[in-house]
This record gives sequence, structure tokens and C-alpha cells, in this order.
Amino acid sequence: MKHWLFQEEHEALRQAVRRFVQKEIVPNTEKWEEAQEIPRSLFRRCGELGFFGLKFPEEYGGQGGDYLAAAVFKEEVARSGCLGVLAALGVHSGVVLPPLYKFGTEEQRRRYLVPGIAGEKVGALAVTEPNAGSDVASLQTTARREGDFYVLNGSKIFITNGVNADFVIVAAKTRPEAGHRGISLFIVDRRTPGFEVGQKLQKAGLHSSDTGYLIFDNCRVPAANLLGEENRGFYMLMEGFQWERLLLALGAVGMAEAALAHALTYARQRVQFGQPIGRFQAVGHRLAEMATRLEMIRNLTYHALWLFHTGQPCLKEVSMAKLAATEIAHQIAGEALQLHGGYGYMREYPIERIWRDTRVATIVAGTSEIMREIIAREMKV
Amino acid sequence: MKIVVLPKQTFDTEAKITLDAAGKINREGVNLIMNPYDEFAVEEALRLKEKHGGEVTVVSFGGPKVPDILRQALAMGADKAVHVGDEGLEEIDEHTTATILAKLLRDLEYDLILAGWRAIDDGSAQVAGRVAEILGLPMVNMVIKLDIAEGKAVASREIEGGYEVVEVPLPAVITAQKGLNEPRYPTMKGIMQAKKKPMQKLTIADLGLGGEEVAPKVRARRYYLPSPRSQGKIITGEPAEAAAELVRLLREEAKVV
Ligand SMILES: Cc1cc2nc3c(=O)[nH]c(=O)nc-3n(C[C@H](O)[C@H](O)[C@H](O)COP(=O)(O)OP(=O)(O)OC[C@H]3O[C@@H](n4cnc5c(N)ncnc54)[C@H](O)[C@@H]3O)c2cc1C
Ligand SMILES: Cc1cc2nc3c(=O)[nH]c(=O)nc-3n(C[C@H](O)[C@H](O)[C@H](O)COP(=O)(O)OP(=O)(O)OC[C@H]3O[C@@H](n4cnc5c(N)ncnc54)[C@H](O)[C@@H]3O)c2cc1C
Repeated sequence: MKHWLFQEEHEALRQAVRRFVQKEIVPNTEKWEEAQEIPRSLFRRCGELGFFGLKFPEEYGGQGGDYLAAAVFKEEVARSGCLGVLAALGVHSGVVLPPLYKFGTEEQRRRYLVPGIAGEKVGALAVTEPNAGSDVASLQTTARREGDFYVLNGSKIFITNGVNADFVIVAAKTRPEAGHRGISLFIVDRRTPGFEVGQKLQKAGLHSSDTGYLIFDNCRVPAANLLGEENRGFYMLMEGFQWERLLLALGAVGMAEAALAHALTYARQRVQFGQPIGRFQAVGHRLAEMATRLEMIRNLTYHALWLFHTGQPCLKEVSMAKLAATEIAHQIAGEALQLHGGYGYMREYPIERIWRDTRVATIVAGTSEIMREIIAREMKV
Repeated sequence: MKIVVLPKQTFDTEAKITLDAAGKINREGVNLIMNPYDEFAVEEALRLKEKHGGEVTVVSFGGPKVPDILRQALAMGADKAVHVGDEGLEEIDEHTTATILAKLLRDLEYDLILAGWRAIDDGSAQVAGRVAEILGLPMVNMVIKLDIAEGKAVASREIEGGYEVVEVPLPAVITAQKGLNEPRYPTMKGIMQAKKKPMQKLTIADLGLGGEEVAPKVRARRYYLPSPRSQGKIITGEPAEAAAELVRLLREEAKVV
């Protein structure tokens, strides 16, 4: 059953991605969760299959598709029920590559975007700091101009792909007194002296996604690696957040779908009191409620995606989709776990991971509280 | 080199088969896919084209959803497609399908015809063989490795306890077995390009066929589903007695010992 938003070509892509996920992701998720990272070969494979280049032009190795195609990829990867894999792939393709394309010089596009689309280089975006999370503009990392270099000092925390990335886009202050606090973005190569990766952070979920603590100690970055205009970083980040939040919403929808599918299968099989538990009205109605709420968040998300895709103002709707989809997906995952009884709490059951993984979605890329802030502001309360 | 591939649309491997009120297989709401063995055939055709140059045409006979699998083949890299519709045909068998495909193939140029060795739905493994017979072509079945050189096909196939390498002159019919290759996924670029590739729709009448010529020679009399698995039986009592009872049941009821 096709949603009106998607065209035939998107559905054909969906079939291809779905098969890829079933064949090349699902059988490996346990292994990757255990290893606490996905292998480089998966990045290369996605590059080879064109999944990182869906919305980029062919001259950069892209597929010449649109945002809807990229959305299909993210949603289908999420349906694997392993959000860690989506975080690693999604941050690279949906968070790091778009600003390189949008704001990068031709030279930067050749050096980072092209190998990024091919899956040969992996990227990360480092904004969050120990003392600056929701309040992005308060970040403390500095970049001081010295001849043909910028010298970076500071640290970044919770950086997805931070441990294994070949390059990191780093947000730093170049002129704190400037309009939105003078933040600039820099592309920092992994091997730049003065850039160090601290420990791999241990998380409640998303185990297959590596999360790093990054330290910049007099790290000299060539001036040619300034991304976009100096001091315009805050605005560039805000622009990128729209798509990133849509990806979180799409990921949440895919995960909720996986959770519901597991719950439904289990409710049909599990016999207690002489019948499959799904036959108890309490269980049946609960599943009906979960399915209904899944459709609600799916349609809210698709609506925001449509506004975004057609270039209409959508700050409020994207924030609503991010808020509702991530909150409700985690609720659905919790209820699906509940329907599994004690088994749902056991590591062997995928629902346990889905529940742990969905938890983070209400925090990253703008917390639920910040989403409500934005919506209220847009409502001119 | 000109290659024609004959893919069939089948039920998804995960589809749950049910019967309708008339006792026929219910096609409502079932996800349809390209028969997996035919996907190997399409992939092999594309690899041969990439190696030797040429053109790949995909041809399929069947219902209104068949263009989906043809478009998939075009998105994978095939050049053109022909869909022969099954309008007006109540019942078909392998004879019907092979007659129609062979008739169409007479109007096409080809050096090689590729197909899957069987379809996963009815599993009759007859159509490609019948097409070869009608067209008077050599045929190699269940191929797991294929090389083309100097107007000949050298094909490896599994036989009991080992492998056999055979050689046939072209044109020939080759059917694919699992292991021949790993089919590619269509890319977005391929999907977009496929929209612009030619897809011809023909009816049986367009081929000058009809009536007795395409009437099935074999008719399905009845379909039935496997009987549901009955509940397991738990034998209670002292271990020695229970074991004796188990042996009795295995001998008298299950009749397996
Ligand atoms: C797994 C993971 C991956 C991540 N990946 C990245 C990454 O790749 N790159 C990156 O830069 N960052 C990343 N982050 C960081 C993430 O974006 C931040 O955690 C998030 O922005 C919240 O910041 P914080 O953790 O400092 O929380 P804080 O901002 O300190 O918030 C703490 C609490 O206070 C609430 N709060 C804050 N301000 C307000 C307010 N004005 N009104 C009401 N409530 C408020 C918040 O909602 C929250 O509940 C990642 C985080 C995680 C957990
Ligand atoms: C960490 C942990 C420690 C445990 N420790 C012990 C222990 O020390 N000793 C021990 O004996 N057990 C222990 N248990 C088992 C625990 O008590 C059971 O998991 C619990 O009773 C639920 O049973 P179940 O897991 O088989 O789920 P099920 O009974 O199969 O229930 C599955 C789902 O169906 C629902 N359901 C079932 N029947 C109905 C109905 N009639 N109407 C509506 N909904 C229904 C349930 O509410 C649940 O959501 C432990 C479990 C865990 C996870």
C-alpha cells in the first residue's frame, strides 16, 4: 500500500533497500552491536549501491534523486530494528554530507563529498560540548586565525562516528561578539596534529554506533578547510537541523513499525490461559492502539517531509514530527516489550534492543523540550 | 551480443498461500516478486553484456502487474522489455506459456536466451525447456557458471557427486541455478533511467495466437493446502510405562517403526 507522497520510483527503491536490509544488515546486527561499531565495508557497500548519494547530483557520484528517496532509505534501515546502524549511516549521509554539498567549495566537495558519497571516507559532525548541548550558541571551542591556519581549542562530546571518522565537521567560535555568537564550521581531518579522540563512550543503546569524545589542543586546520562563510556556522547548523530532525522522525517511524511487527507476531504465538494472548481483548485493543498511533506519527512525519521536500516553511511541523514520532515510537516499543512478558526484557529478543535504542531519539538533534520550545515560539504563544 | 531473458512474476517467498471460495489460489493482496531464479538469469545477462557488449531484452507473459518485474529488470540494467498480457486466458499451463514466448521470440533477434531453471510457485521447470524445443535450440539446464566465447557457450552444472562442463553452439537456451551469481539491487539512478526505456505491451492476438493453440493441455483439478499440524501429544506416567506407550503409538498410530 503506497502513500501518496511517494512515486513509483520511490517504491521501487524501497523494495531494493528492504531486500538489502534483510540480507546484509539484519543478519549482522548482533555482531555489530557486540563490536560496538559497524564495519567500514558497510559504508563502502552503501556507497557502491548509491544509498549515500540518493539526493546528490551525478557529478559528485550521486544518484540525482530527491529527499524522498533519501527518506525511503532511512525509514527502511530503521525497520531493521537496529537504530545504531541507522545512526552511523544516517549521520554520515544525512547530517555530514548535506552541508558539504550546500556550503562546500568545489575543492572541498571533491575531497570530502565525493569519497563520502562513495562510502570511502566517513564523516562526523561535532557541535555538542560538555558545557553546551541544547544551547548550541554557548559552545566554547575556539578557532583563532593564524596566517593560513585556524587554531582550534576545545572539546566535543557525544559525537556519532567520532571514533572512526576520517574527517569531522567541527563547530567553533571565531568571533563571539558577532551575530549568532560568531560560530564557524571547519572540516578537520582525522590525522591533523592536535586532534585527539578520547574514549569510546558507553551507551544504554545504539551500541553499533560509535560515539566519541573529541579533544582539540592547538589543532591547526588549514584555512581552506573553513566550511561556508566565517561566523555563519550557527545558521548553517540550524538549516541542517530540519533534515536531521526529519531523519530522526523517519527513524522513529521505522523502529515503531519493527516493534509493532514483533509484538504482533509474539501475540499470535504466545499461549497463556489456553489461547494465544492476542485473543485477550486487552491485548488486541492494545495492539490496535499501537497500530493507530504508528499511523498517526507516520502521517505527521510524511506531512512534514512533504512540506520540506516542496520547499515550504516547515519549522513547526518538522519539530512536531520529531517530538511526536520519537516520543510515541518509544512508547510503542515499551508496550511491545510489555507484550513479550519476561522474554521482552531478555537480550535474545530484538524488542529489548528496540526499546533501548528508541530511548535516545527524544534527546538527540534537539530534545523534546527544545522541540516544544520551537513549536510554542512558532505559535507565538 | 543479443540476449533475451524470460522472467516470471511469482508470489513473494514469504506470501501466505490461501484458497478462494472457488478453490483457486487466492491472489488478492499478495506481494509479487520476480522469480528468484529468473533474477540470476537477468543478472547473468547483464554481466555478459558488460563483458561483451550488446543488448538485453526482458520478456514476460502474465497479468497486469508483470510490468513491475520488467521495470525491475530495466532498473538493474536491461535495455528493453516486452510484456505479453494474459487477457482472455482463463486457464494456462506450461504449454500455453512456452507457445506464447516462443512465438514472440521468433520475431526477436538473439544469441542467447536465459531463464531461471524453475519458478518458485508451481515449480514445474518446464517453460524454458519447451521454448528451446519449439525453437529447435540446444539447452543447458541448472547452470552455475557460464562463459561465452567464439559463438559458443561453455556452461558448468552440478550433477550428482560433482560438476559437468558442457559446450553448446549459440543461439542456445540456458537456465540459471542458485550460485550462478549474486543479483544486484537496482539503484536509484537505474530506477530513474528505467522509466525512459522502452516497454512494449502485446496481447496474445497481437502475436497471432488464440484458441486451441494456447489452450492448456494440463488442467489443475483441485488445489488443497497441507493439513494443519496437529497438536503434540504428551505421554504421562512412569518413565518405563511412558516409553512403552510411546513405542506402541509410534508403531500403531504413526506407523513409523
Ligand atoms: C547517542 C548520542 C549521539 C549524539 N550524536 C551527536 C553528534 O553526532 N554530534 C553532536 O554535536 N551532538 C551529538 N549528540 C548530542 C546531542 O545532540 C545532545 O545530547 C542534545 O543536544 C542535548 O544536549 P545535552 O546532552 O547537553 O543536554 P542539555 O542541553 O544539558 O539538556 C538537559 C535537559 O534539560 C532540558 N533543557 C535544556 N534547555 C531547556 C530549555 N530551554 N527549556 C526546557 N528544557 C531544557 C533538555 O531538554 C534536557 O532534558 C549526541 C547525543 C547522543 C546521546
Ligand atoms: C528479570 C526477571 C526476573 C524474574 N524472576 C523470577 C523468579 O525469580 N521466579 C519466577 O518464578 N519467575 C520470575 N520471573 C518471571 C516473571 O514472573 C514472568 O516473566 C511474568 O510472570 C510474566 O510471564 P511471562 O514472561 O511468561 O509473560 P506472559 O505471561 O506470556 O505474558 C505476555 C504478555 O501477555 C499478557 N497477558 C497474559 N495473559 C493475559 C490475559 N489473560 N489478559 C491480558 N493480558 C495477558 C501479559 O500481561 C504480558 O504483557 C522473572 C522475570 C524477569 C524478567
